[in-house]
Amino acid sequence: MSDLKVTVMKDQKTGPGPVVEVDPSALAVMPTRRSFLKFGASGIAASALSGLLPDSALAAVQQAAPVVDSSAPGVGEQRIRLTVNGQVHTLNVPANAILLDVLRDRLQLTGTKKGCDYGQCGACTLLVNDVAINSCLSLAVQHDGDSITTIEGLAQGGTLHPVQEAFWEHDAYQCGYCTSGQIMSAVAILKDPNIPSDDASVREAMSGNICRCGAYKNILSAVQSARSKMGGTV
Amino acid sequence: MRTFTFVRAESPAHAVGSMSGDAPRAYLAGGTTLLDLVKLDVMQPEQIVDINHLPLKQVERLADGRLRVGALVSNTELANHPLVREHYPVLAEAILAGASTQLRNKATTAGNLMQRVRCNYFRDGASACNKREPGSGCAAIGGLNRSVHAVLGTSDQCIATHPSDMCVAMAAIGAQVTVRGVAGEREIPFADFHLLPGDTPWREHALERGELITHVTLDAPLAGSRSAYLKLRDRASYQFALASSAIILVLDGQRIADARIALGGVASKPWRAREAEQALIGQRATPEIFARVAELALKGARGYEHNAFKIPLGQQVVARNLRDLTAQELSS
Repeated sequence: MSDLKVTVMKDQKTGPGPVVEVDPSALAVMPTRRSFLKFGASGIAASALSGLLPDSALAAVQQAAPVVDSSAPGVGEQRIRLTVNGQVHTLNVPANAILLDVLRDRLQLTGTKKGCDYGQCGACTLLVNDVAINSCLSLAVQHDGDSITTIEGLAQGGTLHPVQEAFWEHDAYQCGYCTSGQIMSAVAILKDPNIPSDDASVREAMSGNICRCGAYKNILSAVQSARSKMGGTV
Repeated sequence: MRTFTFVRAESPAHAVGSMSGDAPRAYLAGGTTLLDLVKLDVMQPEQIVDINHLPLKQVERLADGRLRVGALVSNTELANHPLVREHYPVLAEAILAGASTQLRNKATTAGNLMQRVRCNYFRDGASACNKREPGSGCAAIGGLNRSVHAVLGTSDQCIATHPSDMCVAMAAIGAQVTVRGVAGEREIPFADFHLLPGDTPWREHALERGELITHVTLDAPLAGSRSAYLKLRDRASYQFALASSAIILVLDGQRIADARIALGGVASKPWRAREAEQALIGQRATPEIFARVAELALKGARGYEHNAFKIPLGQQVVARNLRDLTAQELSS
């Protein structure tokens, strides 16, 4: 299925955004990519879906509804409030719950990836109060009251963030597993006045995000292209 | 990951008070070392005391010219602070040469001092390691000991390097570490903070049980100084040092009026090379004196099976840094 999907995405790269027409009535019954994979499907259905469902629509579908644990925290648990992509969640979490796992497992925000799980690969990079961190090395309880931005929170109203768009246009991925972390790092770097804009500085600043497919050249192109597009703000 | 109780410290006194008792406890700041090692089950705290909400996030210049840095100032904030950029550029360079952007955003000043070693035999949870399990031996001696193993300050109990870049710059600059315990506050000179492994490699620093680092106060900068951090590693970024040097020089014409030299990547603690400094002070800047000073900086070094190359590399990282810092004087 992944091969089919890549083919479809490359076909779509002629324009700045998705070009595939989506029938709204089809979207209403369409599962997320993840629930679809869990459910299992034939190759024919997979190819049909990946063609029909542009990423912006996926992002909209994946926006989590607020989760509120109504019961009191159990033994060893703490009650925390996380604002994730503008949505407030109130959760009871054990002290040893890792932020990355809470986002993925409790909030179903699986765009943030678990790569090495030891702070070495950067796949889990997201923004906490606008600062990029490795979410695999944070306890969820540490983030009570924090505002978190994940890859799912970048697109606005179906329009990709300029960095997402640039990654698409520049083919800045192969397997895609590191991509959400790469994009979150890039978003933070482009907003950081302390990081110079030359290629060497960008490479250095992005070096905490490992890409085993070796798409670094295109990632750099994408980041610099996004910088140009975002104009005066970077 | 193992379970533990979690306490959010509301004040330094509360933090210190939460550390009493016999069970293993740990302060949590950035967590980039602690949570990594708890996941690996190498560190096994039964209680974690979160100190991130303590008011220890200031960087302030004292009347005597020293710079007082709060324990919780992140590595990124410290490297980019205007007072650090202006008065301690070697510290900014060293910090930015370490880890990655997102790790530096999390990691704190005090936490950087408290980093544990990167020796695989320490981290794997299974091999003989006197740090992890006193008396079990050192698998690195006679094992794979190329990149994160030391040639200076080792013992037959442990040969791991201290991994920090920031601490190498601090060793050159000079600093006091302010700590708070149940008995009150005290200061530890930076040079005495990290301990050599000797016969007690599990003791890595001079903190008493439960003591909390509250500040690191840098010595006043040397007037009219120039400085640089030079780091040699297996890849150009996001890699621990094979050898590094933090050097601060004051020149009077072609003569070295004052010098500070510290080494990283080659020693079991941030390594101040005082004998090398003394040999340099008062001398004219020449390639010959730099070679002599570089040799003294590695005096007493002992190579192991895979890391003996660090002895000439360590000499080169000193000589080259000195040469680059005095490029104008040397060529004139």
